Amino acid sequence: MLGYLARRLAASVLILLGVSVVTFGLTYIIPADPVAMIAGRNSTPAVREQIRHQLGLDRPLPERYANYLGRLVQGDLGRSYARKSDVGPLIASRLPPTLLLMLAAIVAELLIGLPAGIYAASRRGRLGDKIAMTLSFASVSTPHFVLGLTLLYLFAYLLSWLPLGGYGSFSHLILPALTLGLAGGGWYSRMMRSSMIEVLRNDYIRTARAKGMPEWRVILKHGLRNAFLPIIAMIGLDVGIFMSGVVVVENVFGWPGIGQLMWQAIQSLDIPIIMGVTTVAACFIVLGNLIADMIAPLIDPRIRLR
Amino acid sequence: MNRLLISAAVLAMAIATPAAFAAAPKQGGAATITFNNDLTTLDPQVGYDWQNWSVIKSIFDGLMDYKPGTTELEPDLAESYTVSDDGLAYTFKLRDGVKFHNGRAMTSADVKYSFDRAVNPATQSPGGGYFGMIAGYDEVAGGKATSLSGIETPDDKTVVFKLSRPDATFLHLMAINFGYIVPKEEVEKAGADWGKKPVGTGAFKFVEWTPGQNIKLERNKDYFRPGVPYLDNVTFEFGQDPTVAVLRLKKGEVDIVGDGLPPAQFTEVMADPANKDLIAVGDQLHTGYVTMNVTQPPFDNLKVRQAVNMAINKDRIVRLINNRAVPATQALPPAMPGYNTANKGYAYDPEGAKKLLAEAGVGEISTELYAMNVDPNPRIAQSIQQDLAAVGINAEIRSLAQAEVISAGGAGKAPMIWSGGMAWIADFPDPANFYYGILGCSGAVEGGWNWSKYCNKELDARAGNADAMVKDDQLAERIEQWKAVFDDVLKDAPWAPVFNEQRFTYHSARLGGDPALFTDPIHIPVNYDYIFAKDAQ
Repeated sequence: MLGYLARRLAASVLILLGVSVVTFGLTYIIPADPVAMIAGRNSTPAVREQIRHQLGLDRPLPERYANYLGRLVQGDLGRSYARKSDVGPLIASRLPPTLLLMLAAIVAELLIGLPAGIYAASRRGRLGDKIAMTLSFASVSTPHFVLGLTLLYLFAYLLSWLPLGGYGSFSHLILPALTLGLAGGGWYSRMMRSSMIEVLRNDYIRTARAKGMPEWRVILKHGLRNAFLPIIAMIGLDVGIFMSGVVVVENVFGWPGIGQLMWQAIQSLDIPIIMGVTTVAACFIVLGNLIADMIAPLIDPRIRLR
Repeated sequence: MNRLLISAAVLAMAIATPAAFAAAPKQGGAATITFNNDLTTLDPQVGYDWQNWSVIKSIFDGLMDYKPGTTELEPDLAESYTVSDDGLAYTFKLRDGVKFHNGRAMTSADVKYSFDRAVNPATQSPGGGYFGMIAGYDEVAGGKATSLSGIETPDDKTVVFKLSRPDATFLHLMAINFGYIVPKEEVEKAGADWGKKPVGTGAFKFVEWTPGQNIKLERNKDYFRPGVPYLDNVTFEFGQDPTVAVLRLKKGEVDIVGDGLPPAQFTEVMADPANKDLIAVGDQLHTGYVTMNVTQPPFDNLKVRQAVNMAINKDRIVRLINNRAVPATQALPPAMPGYNTANKGYAYDPEGAKKLLAEAGVGEISTELYAMNVDPNPRIAQSIQQDLAAVGINAEIRSLAQAEVISAGGAGKAPMIWSGGMAWIADFPDPANFYYGILGCSGAVEGGWNWSKYCNKELDARAGNADAMVKDDQLAERIEQWKAVFDDVLKDAPWAPVFNEQRFTYHSARLGGDPALFTDPIHIPVNYDYIFAKDAQ
């Protein structure tokens, strides 16, 4: 187990190194010059050169990457072009809202997706199954911003049950978490349904039924535990999906997380923030997958980590 | 007139009188303004986007300012000023009793420090280049000195600016954000966080900034103008999609939609009679235009450029954006001094355009039209594309992110650019601000903002002559000269001016003030210092 963990951690470092190369390369490929944005439309070529020099953009690419990586391993994510303040603390101040939203969204999608999937599996081929799967298809296909604005209009504007966006209390959390949760829940219900159908074919299920166990116990006690395994891996992958989802959802709901920070940085070509958020998000994705892999044997003792 | 009408008239007078004749609104109350984006910085020497522009104006002051809601200059932190006969020295007497929000009195040393800071490349100010006429600019901008030799402080209350060339725009530059006065000790104490902890002399004092959520300001009780500002508290809320912000305003949760009315809701909000008095409409110092790169075929041919001007159906484009603009006749917007009402520009005439193209003899034209990829700009570009196709010009649309379009323009790679979304909103209300960077030779360099790469040395010389007229009695003559410069620019047609945007500010019934304050041409979008709360009256 420890050996496995060490190997996985080493692999994670390699992955993150790869991420740093790709993000650095991408910002280099963008056909836009941050210096022109920083120096403004009245600047002289001499001033633009000065600023280019200050930012180290006049040095060769490998040297720039080495400098970037050198600072990165010391935890220094650089300085924002537009805000002129350090990127690290900027991201740190935006992380708690994003993590809270992600956590709530995972809870929401499991609460929506798992029961729907179990229900559909138990009614396989019947009307209830068809309705549940049609709804899940609709929720998966709806873009986040459409779903978010629709929920806002219904529950916050027309019904006034919840606040119209913002951050601060549990009631602010409900709609953005629900938006992410409905879309994710759609996936989970489909995963859960097929996983459960698979499990319900097994001999031990037939045995359980044969000994007269009520159907709900068969499904919840024997079925669920076994069907849950693929879901765990999915939650790990989900962290990555959420990292992209939060950019849109945070902007619709005015949620002050890193998605919002990222969105504004892209608009103003604030490369240090773009790279910083990408790096931090990559860390979370790697971490999410690692944790999912670690949890799997706790749920299914048949899995051994070697 | 029946009795009902009379009593209604009396009632109307009774309501109107206090507002019209009262000395000033009472202080008190609060306002909440929404923006989609969090502010980047409140550092006056650095902030250069339209969300932070007027927030900075409320926290800081410059030597000069404009009368609220107008483009008329007046002394602000300066009490008075004198100009030497050769126009090369400006002497400002500072006002008594001006204190920074930390309680310290403002002196001439602060003025010098602030301008040194704006020009010093270490500050990375996007506006430092504006102060190029101050003696010693080149040394500081070039990194060889940190102090402008052209600024002298004979005593605490006197500042003398020595210029290397006479420049009629100088007083405007004393009113621009980049020249606002900051206290050295606070800038140094805050270090990299200075943009998040601003301390100024302005009408409002900074209270707190919760990143991504809000900024809170409170009334500066020591503000040097007695009785101003009227509001006790101003809060800016961020992350508010304008579509959601409109809903919140309707529910009475917020007071001003800072980003303006979103296109999708514009017609609905405007049509609602309840909003009649809640939407302020004003001119804005803005022109939307199509640039044509005059250094490359086919646009090196004057006739082709004129044909493009005649081919574009501006009225249709204005309708396309729900009449939120007026068709443009020339480069300058109507609210700008130097706008020539007699110049009607190029009329829409596709037949005439075809004839000109035939005369030009350039054959089939295939070109590219760059546009920013945010609504409504792609739609506008498509409309222009259709108009051009109708006269035989095939323009392929390149719809890109803002920074990419700016880069392509600066590099001279874009044959045509629709300027929407990146367009020139004047930094100060003077025709010069619409010339040098975007139409003059100095902007027609690699990385410059003159995307037409139009460089007419003769016009540059005439512009320089106009700006050398710094005397008060030369004011009218100077504007006439600028008018002539812009008329000649239009004849050369490096641009096709399309429309001048108007501003529509939607605010709650709680807030009062002249509509001009809600569409202030300088304090964009709103002049927070002079609007008031009706519930405090």
